[in-house]
Amino acid sequence: MRGVALLDKRRRGFLFNPPHASPLRHAQPTKDHPLQRRVTFDNRLLPYLLLAPQVAVTLVFFIWPAAQAIWQSVHLQDAFGIRSEFVWFENFTHVLSDPNYLDTLKVTIVFSVAVTVLAMGVALLLAVLADSKIKGARAYKTLLIWPYALAPAVAAVLWMFIFNPDIGSFGRALRALGYDWDYRLNGGQALVMVIMAASWKQVSYNFIFFLAGLQAIPRSVMEAASIDGAGPVRRFWTITFPLLSPTTFFLLVVDMVYAFFETFGTIHALTQGGPGKATETLIFRVYQDGVVNNDLGGSSAQSVILMVIVIALTAVQFRFVERKVHYA
Amino acid sequence: MLTRRKFALLTGAATTSALLLAALPGAALAQQKTVVEFWHGLPQPLGGQLEQIVKDFNDGQQAVQVNASYKGSYPETMQAAIAAFRAGNAPHIVQMFEVGTATMMAAGPAVKPVYQLMEETGASFDANAYIPAVKGYYSSKDGKMMALPFNSSTAIMFYNKDAFQKAGLDPAKPPATWPELVDAAKKLKASGSSCPFTTSWPTWVQLEQLGAIHNTPFASQANGYGGLNAELKIDAPLYVKHVQALIDMQKEGLFKYGGRDNKPDALFPSGECAMIQGSSSLRSRIIKEATFAWGAAPLPYWPEFANNDPKNGIIGGAAFWVMTSPKRTPAEYKAVSQFFTYLAKPEVDAKWHMDTGYVPVTLKGIEIAKAQGYYEKNPGADVPAAQLTRTPTTENSMGLRLGNLPEIRNIIQEELEKAFQGQQDAKQALDASIKRGNTVLRNFERANKG
Repeated sequence: MRGVALLDKRRRGFLFNPPHASPLRHAQPTKDHPLQRRVTFDNRLLPYLLLAPQVAVTLVFFIWPAAQAIWQSVHLQDAFGIRSEFVWFENFTHVLSDPNYLDTLKVTIVFSVAVTVLAMGVALLLAVLADSKIKGARAYKTLLIWPYALAPAVAAVLWMFIFNPDIGSFGRALRALGYDWDYRLNGGQALVMVIMAASWKQVSYNFIFFLAGLQAIPRSVMEAASIDGAGPVRRFWTITFPLLSPTTFFLLVVDMVYAFFETFGTIHALTQGGPGKATETLIFRVYQDGVVNNDLGGSSAQSVILMVIVIALTAVQFRFVERKVHYA
Repeated sequence: MLTRRKFALLTGAATTSALLLAALPGAALAQQKTVVEFWHGLPQPLGGQLEQIVKDFNDGQQAVQVNASYKGSYPETMQAAIAAFRAGNAPHIVQMFEVGTATMMAAGPAVKPVYQLMEETGASFDANAYIPAVKGYYSSKDGKMMALPFNSSTAIMFYNKDAFQKAGLDPAKPPATWPELVDAAKKLKASGSSCPFTTSWPTWVQLEQLGAIHNTPFASQANGYGGLNAELKIDAPLYVKHVQALIDMQKEGLFKYGGRDNKPDALFPSGECAMIQGSSSLRSRIIKEATFAWGAAPLPYWPEFANNDPKNGIIGGAAFWVMTSPKRTPAEYKAVSQFFTYLAKPEVDAKWHMDTGYVPVTLKGIEIAKAQGYYEKNPGADVPAAQLTRTPTTENSMGLRLGNLPEIRNIIQEELEKAFQGQQDAKQALDASIKRGNTVLRNFERANKG
């Protein structure tokens, strides 16, 4: 849904000006806003009633848990919640002064950037290829969308059966060739593997959007460029890519959020953050500290930090990257 | 003033309810049956075997109905119970893995100790019926039983007899000491084995069990039994020597690191690794999957640290804890104690042991299994119990009572992995583990004192 709303921003102002709908009456352009159509309701209560479900959902599933996380993050509690002590920002100083936490932050940045770039790059390449006139394009498209239907943990188990050095087909083959493949002990290999597994999952999603974006590009523009003698590469960079930029920007935001928050299942099933802490990301550590280690204060402090990071990241993306986006 | 009309109404109501009660004896009986919620963390097939025991209990009497439900893995069950307690809705009984023991003991009002439950409900309960290593693990500082032991395991070694034969080793004589194990591993490697030796549960087997067997403290304050202010002591020469030996063996291709927790289990039944040290409960999987002759043996020891007198190993597995809730009634506690009395019967224990491969937790349970000829029919099945009972428990072989032990186990696994990658030596790995582990212990102490 979010995707649709964002993509529709090419009709600027969609989010703020509700489209025509029956209980609404469109007033004449006012003096203050001569070019804006304002919507008024006959009934004073109706607008609030219509807003209520959305507000309730936001309150219950975002504001309330977020407030709880903030409350927890300034308290020190035992697992059962019997003893609770207000400790100001001690949980935060503790987390931020932990060298392991800073390492985890580095791993997260490498992981997220790699996943985003890889997932978007591969998806774009596949979408461009699938968009061209080839035999069996439908079959390709269907097959490429399949991985999205898999739960992350299931996908990770599949990867394990391929790459495990002892029981995985590819893992065994690598070792047979004399390459010392063992992600259980080699941090670099482990990180590469979780990046590939996490990206593979997201390629399908990106592919659908890129393909839809590509199909929306008018053929006439491409044909005109062809007649002018532009080759496929030139056409791609000067026409396709700029016209795809709203899709690309939307996917950039979504993929970043995916890499930060939704790759937990993949990492949990594949490496559990190891070896050492080589594949431990921030979200994995939040789980580890909160659920496994029963350190609710520390875990909540990390959640709050993570929330701030993602809000900042999204704000930066909208502020600076979006400027380069060309809405048709 | 009681008017005539009101009077008529009242008598009418009274007659109706009396009639209802008389007409529904079944409903009245059902209300008398006390319901006990029991959450466990055993996946199939073990979960089904546990639920069968619950069913046997339910069928054998009229007063109590125990509802067993599977709540996911041990850590998930623990989380579910904690969350339920916070919501004022804790189950009557929860199965908790052994590393959660300190957390449960520190939980204070959230838990009703088993000795207290049995006393209050007037049930007879003999803590000395249990194997000392089991009793010790679940006892408070003053020796009182806090939880009901049920499914316990311990760490032992399994070895591939065919691979031993091929390497020119005596299949009837598994290595008893670490130097012997290193020699055996060299011969196995020379005969073409790509993995002479591996270990599951690296922290539990290679450090916790090692300390108990060699009567060396894992932590101060009698491994944490003495108080929350315990500190890790795994930089003792025994641990440094042992971890360095593992690192060296790994470099020479004699030891293969197979991952955390029970991940390496698969390496033995597949025939890849010739020796594995892991949970005694691995036995049933080996029986099912292995296509070679194999044997079971106690964990080896270092002669210079054990004085050739290795102590008993410690246990793993889980126990049953009684949880409190604002709405508990005495009748419910009574029902729980009835169920526990049933579970504590040596026959139930022996049957569970023989069906599942867990260690018997009662001394009489071992006797029953022996009397039924179980160990003659299943050679090697007596190794875990023998290792658990071979000496009286010492301060260092009773078990560990450390807060957030799951986290400490993971920290040690992480530091070992860094050492096996060649980033640090044994001393550095153990020093780093102590530093990080002590932080965990201090946090637990702070959150749980007072």
